[in-house]
Amino acid sequence: MSDFAIELKGIDKRFGAVHANKNINLKVAKGTIHGIIGENGAGKSTLMSILYGFYQADSGEIFISGQKANIKDSKAAISAGIGMVHQHFMLVENFSVLENIMLGAEESAILTKGITKARAELKRLEEQYEMEVDPDAIIEELPVGVQQRVEILKAIYRKADILILDEPTGVLTPAEADHLFRILAQLKEQGKTVILITHKLREIMAITDEVSVMRRGEMVATRKTAETSVEELAELMVGRRVLLRVEKGEASPGDVKLSVRNLTVRDSRGVTMVDNVSFDVRAGEIVGIAGVAGNGQSELLEAIAGMRSATSGTVTLSGQPVDVTGPGDPADMRKRGLAHVPEDRHHTGLVLKFEEAENAMLGYHGDRKFGQSFLLDVEAVRKDAMEKIEQYDIRPPNPRLKTANFSGGNQQKIVLAREMERNPDVLIIGQPTRGVDVGAIEFIHKRIIEMRDQGKAILLVSVELDEIRSLSDRIIVMFAGRIAGERNPDASEGELGLLMAGVENKLEAAE
Amino acid sequence: MDTNTIVVLLQSTIRVSVPLILTALAGLYAERSGVVDIGLEGKMLAAAFAGAATAAVTGSAITGIGAAMLVSVALSLVHGYASISQRGDQVVSGTAINFIAAGATVILGQAWFQQGGRTPALSADARLSTYKLPGADAVRDVPVLGPVYSDLLSGHYLLTYFAFAMVPITWWVLYRTRFGLRLRAVGENPGAVDTAGISVVRMRYLAVTCGGLLCGLAGAYLSMALANGFVKNMSAGRGFIALAALVFANWKPKNILLTCLLFGFLDALSIYSQNAELPIMSSIPDQAIQALPYILTVILLAGFIGKASPPKASGVPYVKER
Repeated sequence: MSDFAIELKGIDKRFGAVHANKNINLKVAKGTIHGIIGENGAGKSTLMSILYGFYQADSGEIFISGQKANIKDSKAAISAGIGMVHQHFMLVENFSVLENIMLGAEESAILTKGITKARAELKRLEEQYEMEVDPDAIIEELPVGVQQRVEILKAIYRKADILILDEPTGVLTPAEADHLFRILAQLKEQGKTVILITHKLREIMAITDEVSVMRRGEMVATRKTAETSVEELAELMVGRRVLLRVEKGEASPGDVKLSVRNLTVRDSRGVTMVDNVSFDVRAGEIVGIAGVAGNGQSELLEAIAGMRSATSGTVTLSGQPVDVTGPGDPADMRKRGLAHVPEDRHHTGLVLKFEEAENAMLGYHGDRKFGQSFLLDVEAVRKDAMEKIEQYDIRPPNPRLKTANFSGGNQQKIVLAREMERNPDVLIIGQPTRGVDVGAIEFIHKRIIEMRDQGKAILLVSVELDEIRSLSDRIIVMFAGRIAGERNPDASEGELGLLMAGVENKLEAAE
Repeated sequence: MDTNTIVVLLQSTIRVSVPLILTALAGLYAERSGVVDIGLEGKMLAAAFAGAATAAVTGSAITGIGAAMLVSVALSLVHGYASISQRGDQVVSGTAINFIAAGATVILGQAWFQQGGRTPALSADARLSTYKLPGADAVRDVPVLGPVYSDLLSGHYLLTYFAFAMVPITWWVLYRTRFGLRLRAVGENPGAVDTAGISVVRMRYLAVTCGGLLCGLAGAYLSMALANGFVKNMSAGRGFIALAALVFANWKPKNILLTCLLFGFLDALSIYSQNAELPIMSSIPDQAIQALPYILTVILLAGFIGKASPPKASGVPYVKER
């Protein structure tokens, strides 16, 4: 028998152009809690979904307890003793707890016998692991913490020896998270192996025995938790990247153009994503918001842009109050001088099936220069697009080409050209260079600085710490929906990394 | 209205409810698994034709029923292939089946029998047979109970008793068997089913096959019991009424029985009012009564019955890869 519950060798997985997992090797010792840490999009969930048979690896081998395993679907994973608690729970919401536990493990074609047995077994497990749930409660009426318990019970009920948890604390309150950790510790005592996927360093330090760090689809390091530090992990996670040089002079901030006060945003599940955030952006300065993806930056941007309604708080744009708690009106925000480069150009920035020229005016298509009456002046639209193409060096220079056929960098330039050339007072930019090649990055960065020097107020959100550091005049770090701190751009990477990991929060909480 | 009138009306209600019940239950299996089944009408029509044509040629009712079910299942699998395997638009696929059935039945009927799209009238052996409940003749003269037992409950087709029995059977399958648990789960959250190690595709194909079998029976009933052979477009929107009944019943077997009986009763009322004067209805034109089931459907579906809560994954193809 091997000492390793799981051994992965050379796992490789692509989704189209995205290389999600690059030649991953990983060993997880039996009876331990093994953390896998990395930023959102680093490939952690993909790797674990491969292990659970939800996706198929393009190449590579999986060994369970030293035996080579062919995990072609979840059924194979379950019979190999693997259980998984997905980030988005895999529960049937209008089923009872018992029905969810039994699904796929019913024992016989007619349920009656199975139900009695399952009920007894569930009661035994509940007592053994101190996980109380009412077997007849309907899932959608239970709080998320309890729903998660059902997921764990589901895995144990199927006699899982290896339990994978994908970002289990994302939806939990701190008290619920502590309870979860007690359960995990108990599972470990019973000889089970636990794999914990997270981007929260605090959790890794608190509960794991070993930790592996993933970055951009690669497994960059594995450490014994006792022999590493939060600083080292933060650095491994974010990575030391070559700082791109951006020529920029001193900022000369003017009046406050964008003012955010006590902004709170909850998502559709009722989880607080932005928690009582306040800051100002002045004319002629760039305020960068740094943070590990998923800490509320996206929701903050969307709330300011009018794409998502805030729960409470106020936003003032050029001295005028904005109704951010209402249904939101991005068109109105644009009229009032706010331009928004959304984080996800495919989803919200562009209509990929449209011609370049159509995307280059989208959202401003009511402008008189694009047509006086209800008809569009197609010539004017194309002429305007051509001007932007020349100015931003968009290639190929063809306004009639379908937008989907442009490269990522050029698509991003189409969005930037559209929003920047409107000459807005306030520009909010999400992930300006995500998926953009180096040449285009330099150009985009220069344009952002130019806009600042023209006296625009710029709010920049990026998960690329280098980008934030090289462009911003002030850096705000967000963690768990709150502002974890504000620093000057000359703050060290390590210092920012700690803020991004919420380490100071923990110290404050402990005091 | 005397007892006799009521018995006649109710007996007629039962007769016309049968295809609605069978078809609505067929829809229930498909939709509970997450496959929207707008092609019920077409499958019923195609099955009616296949049943009548086969029975006319072979002279055997059983062979006719078998052919009806076969054709209906085949169309269900086409719909399944388009919407489960190919992840196509389920409404488009179902609508296509409706069109194909409407056209193909007439063309094939004309080509094979040269009677303007009709099938030849069926002989007694080729039609479905009725079944007299024990003692029906003996109690006929007992007041009230006699007619109820002998005329209302007795003397229906075997398929009628089967259709009514299918309601509790479906309930039992849905809520008391492993198949039912998985069926309900796959229509609510296929991801949960997949991660529980069950094939989503297999479950959905099984479900549409169940639907096909029941729909085939409904078709056979139309052309081999209610009528004496196939007539062009004889399903006459019953598939859609059944679909409405399914929605109205909130995808629950017991409610399906009630809604189908209600729609059936309105249908029976309109048939009856064409032939006999009913005291309250003499001043209402026939057409208005005939339109009642449809009007009621619209009103009920427009929200008078509260919110319909369809299976969550209904109409959504299951895609695992991102």
